[in-house]
Amino acid sequence: MARTVTQKRKIINTAAAWSVGLLIFFPILWTILTSFKTEAQAIADPPLFLGFDWTLENYAAVMERSNYGRFLWNSIVIAGGSTILGIIIAVPAAWSMAFVPSKRTKDILLWMLSTKMLPAVGVLYPIYLLFIRLGILDTKIGLVIVLMLINLPIIVWMLYTYFKEIPGEILEAARMDGATLKEEVLYVLTPMAIPGIASTLLLNVILAWNEAFWTLNLTAAKAAPLTAFIASYSSPEGLFYAKLSAASTMAIAPILILGWFSQKQLVSGLTFGAVK
Amino acid sequence: MSLRNSVLAATAMSLVTASGAFAETVTIATVNNGDMIRMQGLTDDFTAKTGHVVEWVTLEENVLRQRVTTDISTKGGAFDIMTIGMYETPIWGANGWLVPLDDLSAEYDADDILPAMAGGLSYEGTLYAAPFYGESSMIMYRTDLMEKAGLEMPKAPTWTFIREAAAKMTDRANDINGICLRGKAGWGEGGAFITAMSNSFGARWFDEDWNAQFDTEAWANTLNFYKGMMDESGPAGYATNGFNENLSLFQQGKCGMWIDATVAASFVTNPNDSTVADKVSFALAPDNGLGKRSNWLWAWALAIPAGTQKEAAAKLFVEWATSKSYIELVAANEGWANVPPGARKSLYENPEYMKVPFAQMTLDSILSANPENPTVDPVPYVGVQFAAIPEFAGIATEVSQEFSAAYAGQQTVEEALAKAQALTNDAMEAAGYR
Repeated sequence: MARTVTQKRKIINTAAAWSVGLLIFFPILWTILTSFKTEAQAIADPPLFLGFDWTLENYAAVMERSNYGRFLWNSIVIAGGSTILGIIIAVPAAWSMAFVPSKRTKDILLWMLSTKMLPAVGVLYPIYLLFIRLGILDTKIGLVIVLMLINLPIIVWMLYTYFKEIPGEILEAARMDGATLKEEVLYVLTPMAIPGIASTLLLNVILAWNEAFWTLNLTAAKAAPLTAFIASYSSPEGLFYAKLSAASTMAIAPILILGWFSQKQLVSGLTFGAVK
Repeated sequence: MSLRNSVLAATAMSLVTASGAFAETVTIATVNNGDMIRMQGLTDDFTAKTGHVVEWVTLEENVLRQRVTTDISTKGGAFDIMTIGMYETPIWGANGWLVPLDDLSAEYDADDILPAMAGGLSYEGTLYAAPFYGESSMIMYRTDLMEKAGLEMPKAPTWTFIREAAAKMTDRANDINGICLRGKAGWGEGGAFITAMSNSFGARWFDEDWNAQFDTEAWANTLNFYKGMMDESGPAGYATNGFNENLSLFQQGKCGMWIDATVAASFVTNPNDSTVADKVSFALAPDNGLGKRSNWLWAWALAIPAGTQKEAAAKLFVEWATSKSYIELVAANEGWANVPPGARKSLYENPEYMKVPFAQMTLDSILSANPENPTVDPVPYVGVQFAAIPEFAGIATEVSQEFSAAYAGQQTVEEALAKAQALTNDAMEAAGYR
């Protein structure tokens, strides 16, 4: 029997949801507001919320000093490339785990996830040395590989959960109709799992976009993405908060817009299967 | 095609090829501060003079340290020039990781570098990094508040005077703190300040056999004095304040005195950013009559990692960026107050520069710090606010965390010193010093 929700409760729930939402969004809002202040206004006490002279001087200064377009392009290639490569590897992996499980499948999944628990700095030197030997230090391809590898456990886990929801009988029927393994995965499983794949894809683009350990440590001038762009405006000796906020706003704007337009897919993806 | 045209075409081709082979792209890793950003904006001058192009990797100080240390220790070759400090230079020079800068041109005039800077950036007498700018620390104080308190700041005050003045200047009702000092954990933040301060109290990190010295009366006096004065006259939450937090407080008129890096002088006297720009004066960092003041010595310097394929071009850049002519270039573009200070003797012989209000005090502060003889009692290390050994950064970060916890009232000064003593001795033993 459906529970009846009173009007009063609805209002309380809505107000609570908005409050939590605003609380979470406030740091981003504050960053955006600060980006339109002067450096002096940025540190004013009491803080200025809206009553200040709005200026675009920080954006002008950032654009003059940095090649934003190059950082942005690097971020797009690295985040997009690592996600696509990850999906290509994870779809067959998740298929085998979901539809042809062995008694060790769960252990393998847990082991894969456990690799995410290792502090990244613990393997910095081995990875750095590998990159030097392979000649891929400060290259986009190097970062695509690393980010794909660090996000692969999450991609496989998410896809595995979506695939588990798909009845195996449908795939069996396809096989009986003469579908090869490749055709089964490509033409039967994948179209049915498109919502799941899409939300996995989106989440991994966001994770790769925001990754700030490997992208800072394995790049110099050529492959540095927007995380390095932000880091270049942070300073412990000098108050450049307004410029830092402008750089941060420019770095998060693309992913914020992507997230805004795809929030339905993201929410449905995240509340689906075992991750709900 | 006539013979003449053929010869001309061939000559043109060879010139283009030759200039293409000569023009290099050098990558420099640097820190984000006003002087470095200014240099970035003036790089066209270097390119116009040499044909070489510069690619900049600007990072926050701690990220930069981690990044360049990883690269140089693995011979990664991601950078042709690195911005490093006085702490790293002698250690990396000893490891053979840096190109010696002992063949700079006569025009460069290496003898013009301030001896304190050259000494701190050398290993066994060889210069391994060229100072871009140098700094010490000094007192920046509000002349109006000092006058209101009925006091006059001596040029070289004692800690006793500073504590008394801080108490008199404090006006809690109007949110004015008599003194603002770093308390934030981190070897380069609160750790640097308290180490420099401890020198003036007769304390030291190690004795000559590398035994930790936190169990001495001198260290107890240092920490008790610092905490007592800050509890009386410091801002709320001083245990988490670093350079930026104190700069913000001072610029908003909430500090009577601030003892910190000399480079801060240009910020607090800038009317665009500071509400007290016309009410600031300077004095030497305090002492206790023991022969050592509490100021530090630091330089951001340019070094070339050994093994770079572009050593010649990198050297040209280092010469350009740390030359007398670069200083003149900045002065012509942005005024004398904005030239990189503290690196060259000739700058302080320039009457135009000496008109800058903080010029003389910066020089006096730099000259009063001696990294090779930083403490009252002898020590086996070089460095004023640090000990130039690879283990120091890690140990000092932990020690400063214990000190910050004491400032915040989470433990007593005695407990913090006991923990510092134990962890330092353990680390030094593990590293094979004891």
